[in-house]
This record gives sequence, structure tokens and C-alpha cells, in this order.
Amino acid sequence: MNEQSAVSRGTQTALEEPALLPPVDVIEDDSGITLYADLPGVPKDKLTVQADGETLIIDGEMALEIPKDLEATHVEVNLPRYRRVFSLSKELDPNKLSAELKHGVLKLRIQKAERVKPRRIEVTG
Amino acid sequence: MELSLFPRDLFAELDRLQRQVQRAFEFSPSIRGFARGGFSALNIASTPQSVEIYGFAPGLEPKSIEVQLERGVLSIAGERSPALPDERERATVHMNERFAGRFHRVITLSDDLDPNEVRAAYREGVLHISIKRLESAQPRRISVN
Repeated sequence: MNEQSAVSRGTQTALEEPALLPPVDVIEDDSGITLYADLPGVPKDKLTVQADGETLIIDGEMALEIPKDLEATHVEVNLPRYRRVFSLSKELDPNKLSAELKHGVLKLRIQKAERVKPRRIEVTG
Repeated sequence: MELSLFPRDLFAELDRLQRQVQRAFEFSPSIRGFARGGFSALNIASTPQSVEIYGFAPGLEPKSIEVQLERGVLSIAGERSPALPDERERATVHMNERFAGRFHRVITLSDDLDPNEVRAAYREGVLHISIKRLESAQPRRISVN
């Protein structure tokens, strides 16, 4: 129950503010999943990665150095926030998650639970 | 169009579709290509003393970014290597939305800029270029006697 309320709370705050959808690469191998997300402008302390139950939420806020009296003349990035939500499947272990942020790219690694790692099954006969 | 079975990819597809539509119908694209949707995304702003350019180009080696200013034309170029595994590895790519390869963006700036007063810094994947305006072009208050 606790877990569920945490998820719904997270989703609520997530829905309040509009955000950009960061592009991602998701690669799966035998031992887990690696996710790369482009989050330019987000420092480590403004990034939240939440894995609650079956949902993974990536939420980051930009902190750009902006001089005063600035007047925008051409804007392609129009929101200071990124957010993306993924559903995790059961075989992934949210406790075995590592995250690394470098030059605005988040690299997430989620391990598969031991028991579901693929085994080669010998075919006989 | 590539389609993936990964459940959340629908949003990415919509995003991509929107971009394609935008490109196809953009009223007057710049002579150097489409104004929007490229890598890196650019925000340009100005203050009375300077022009500030923000290039959203995550995942680059700061030293490999080429920034050139020539006759009021600023060009930003570089290369981003793909994060995808090579084909021999036993890995499945579920989503592949991030840009990889060489990029080059060119912007025409106003002609009151000082080519000797350019600062460029790369932090958290954002390239911030600040170009001062020429002394002579800056607004000055003229005292009345």
C-alpha cells in the first residue's frame, strides 16, 4: 500500500508542471537494461530518478547560467524541465539500479533479478 | 517509420511525427536547412551588451566541439558517438531516439558583435557561447548640458 501511495504522489507532482520529453536509448542484454537519456542543462542535484514498484520516473530541472536583462530571440528548448515515465517489467530489480550523469547524459543500469537471467536449455533427442 | 513494441514509445513516435509535420509545412526554412528539430537544439537571446547562445548538445567531449565565428556567422560542429552496442553483442535495442553522428549548425548573428570577445563554456551538456557587442554599438546615455 505504501508503495502505491508513493507512486501516485509522484505521478501527481509529475503531472503538475509541463515538461519536455527527453530522447532515450534503451538496450537490453542478458543481465539487465541500460537506459541513456539526454538531459542537457540538468545538474546532479536537480535530477530525480525514482523506481517505485513498477514505474520508473526520470525528472530533471535545468539550471542554466542566465545573465540579467536577457531577451529571447530564438527558442527551440522552451521548458526548463524534463520528465519521462516508464513501466518496468517484473523481472527487473528496482533495488539494483545505478545511475550516472555525465555531460548532460544520464546512464541508468537496471539489473535483472537473479532467477530470471536466461539459461541455455539443452535440447536433446 | 520504425516502430517499437516498447509501451512508452508511443510518445516518442508522436513527437517524431510532430517534428516531421513541422518540417514539411514550415513556411520559410532558413537557407541552411530547417530551423528547428536539429542537433543541437539552440536557444538564442540577447542583452544590451551581448548575445547569448545556448546549444543543447549533451554527451560530447568539450575539447571536440568546434565553434567558429566568421563575419557574423557562428557555426557549431561536433560528433557524438552512438551508445548502441555493436552487432556482435547479444543485446536488443528497444528504443533508439538519441542523436548519433556528426552535426553542424550555423546561425547568422547581427553585425554589431565583437569577434574578439567570445566566451564558450560547456557545462552539463549545454554549450553556452557569449559574444559581446562592439563598444560602438552599445547604447550610451548622452548627457545634456
